Amino acid sequence: MNSSVEYRIERIDRGIKVRSDSIYMLSSYRDLVYLFLPRLLPFAALIVLPIVLEGGYWQKVLFYACIFALLALSWDFMASVGLISLGQALFFGVGAYVSGGLNYYLKMPIFLTIPLATFGGALICTLILVPVLRLRGVYFSMVTLVLPLLLSNLVETLGILGGTYGLLSLSPFPSSLLASYLAVFAVILCLFGFRRLMTEDYGLVLKGIKDDELVVMSAGVNIYWYKTQAIFIASAVGCLAGALLTHYYQFVGRSAFALDYTILPLAGAVLGGPGGFAGAALGTFILVPLSEMLRALGGLRIALYGIILIGALVALPEGIFHYIERKYHQFERRVRI
Amino acid sequence: MEIFFYGITNSITLALMAIGFSLTFGVSGVANFAHGAFYLLGGIITWLLINLGIPFFLSALISIVLVGLLGFGLYWGLMYRLRGLAINEVIVTLAAAIVIIELLRWLGFSGFTYVLPPFVKGSVEIGGVWMDYQRIFLVVIGIALIALLYFFTHWTRIGLSFRAIAQNERTAIALGIDSDWTAALSLAIGSSLSVVAALAILPLGSIDTEIGYEILIYALAVGIVGGLESIPGILLASFILGFAQIIVATFFQAQWLTIITLGAIVLILAIKPSGILGKYKELEDRV
Repeated sequence: MNSSVEYRIERIDRGIKVRSDSIYMLSSYRDLVYLFLPRLLPFAALIVLPIVLEGGYWQKVLFYACIFALLALSWDFMASVGLISLGQALFFGVGAYVSGGLNYYLKMPIFLTIPLATFGGALICTLILVPVLRLRGVYFSMVTLVLPLLLSNLVETLGILGGTYGLLSLSPFPSSLLASYLAVFAVILCLFGFRRLMTEDYGLVLKGIKDDELVVMSAGVNIYWYKTQAIFIASAVGCLAGALLTHYYQFVGRSAFALDYTILPLAGAVLGGPGGFAGAALGTFILVPLSEMLRALGGLRIALYGIILIGALVALPEGIFHYIERKYHQFERRVRI
Repeated sequence: MEIFFYGITNSITLALMAIGFSLTFGVSGVANFAHGAFYLLGGIITWLLINLGIPFFLSALISIVLVGLLGFGLYWGLMYRLRGLAINEVIVTLAAAIVIIELLRWLGFSGFTYVLPPFVKGSVEIGGVWMDYQRIFLVVIGIALIALLYFFTHWTRIGLSFRAIAQNERTAIALGIDSDWTAALSLAIGSSLSVVAALAILPLGSIDTEIGYEILIYALAVGIVGGLESIPGILLASFILGFAQIIVATFFQAQWLTIITLGAIVLILAIKPSGILGKYKELEDRV
């Protein structure tokens, strides 16, 4: 190799990480802060933000950010089972149409439509995806890419559920503060819940399916049943996002299956760093306010998401979150080769 | 009779749309979800060059070469760094497609002013149906390209190496095939072919940025239904889809066209993921 390279970068865990990892004892306030600050800070921020931003334009942005964060978390959950989705808009659209339809035709109150859309929508999405569950890799991605388009075209052609015009004047949230808190709590629940779930035995199986399906199969585990469950969980989260935004807009239309709801969560998850869920949430909480600031660009924003997606994939494939996490836990030094 | 003739031209149109995509994604296993974007870009570059006063065939040639080079650049600039991660290849090319298409949309390259000239103007009556010469040219070009592609991938060294890197990249490298160059070349040729298709098809209508996504879907449908790595599969699938579309458009509403195409993708992937004439992908991609 090149003879001019005399150093290499060595990464070593910080002492405080080693201490707080291995000693199961409250040793000092410093250790406690080191351990809990990264967990409590986003939690506290999410709790306080809706009140701070109450009534303003940025409360709306926070709500959007939460919606897209939910979609990104759902994407990341499927990705951690090895199912790469290119159609989060499917979940979003189904959730949006179920809650919209129940509210519009059956006049159900909002506190019934949202849970029904979350679980009923998830059931519908799971039933749609079960026949193609045996597909792997790119083939599964292609199906998910096509499905939202198909459903959107079906709605238009058959003229069902409002057809081209969509369903108008749905019930709004009683107050915007409630809407924000619902979205924020959903994000917190998913973020910390998913992180916890992946460290349980159940999550171990899911990770195993991602790493090597054949090994998990030969351990006597029915991987398709686990994949079905994973899709149900992921699509419930996606449908919840759809239902929340539907009642926020008081409108649902074919735009619920649009490319935005696929590409922005994907860009967010890749930018923040796939795997571990915190990255996905962080990525969308960076991207959504950014794209609101660039609202003047209009249609160019989708192109911008594309550029960010490419940049993140090529330049920082591990993602912002994992980069920060590494810097937090480890230090680097140059070592002579 | 009308159904027959329009069915044939529609089928060959679909085959033309799919050829570049099939060569890249199907035959050599390099994702090229920017196919539709390149198709659109090729059409628009040609339009710009013609309006600068450059003769048609020269500007067609320039745009074919330019987009081919862009495909080459796409490989070395982006995909080279992600090679082997199939999903990331798909995401990065899809993102590239979105960037290109949305930029063109933002620049406003859409509408009736953006029309490419046909090769030869006029039309002729065959069996009671009026066909313009462009459609006849399109059928000839389509069949010629498919024949050429079959010959290319089965009897030339480069074509065989395209198939080799898709089947087993390591073995291909061991046999002295530079897989990166082969993949880049495949992406370049595939992109150029998409421009050839654009030049043959676009004169029949006007340029609309939305076709960038539509072409990708059609190419995906033809590729998947026929079997991604199979050249006869392209022809078979485009005839099935082409006639299905014409029959549906004649007897039902035209909106069912897209549904037929999208439904075919999902159906085939659910029933036989390797496609009607495909073989080896079934072993890899389905447990």
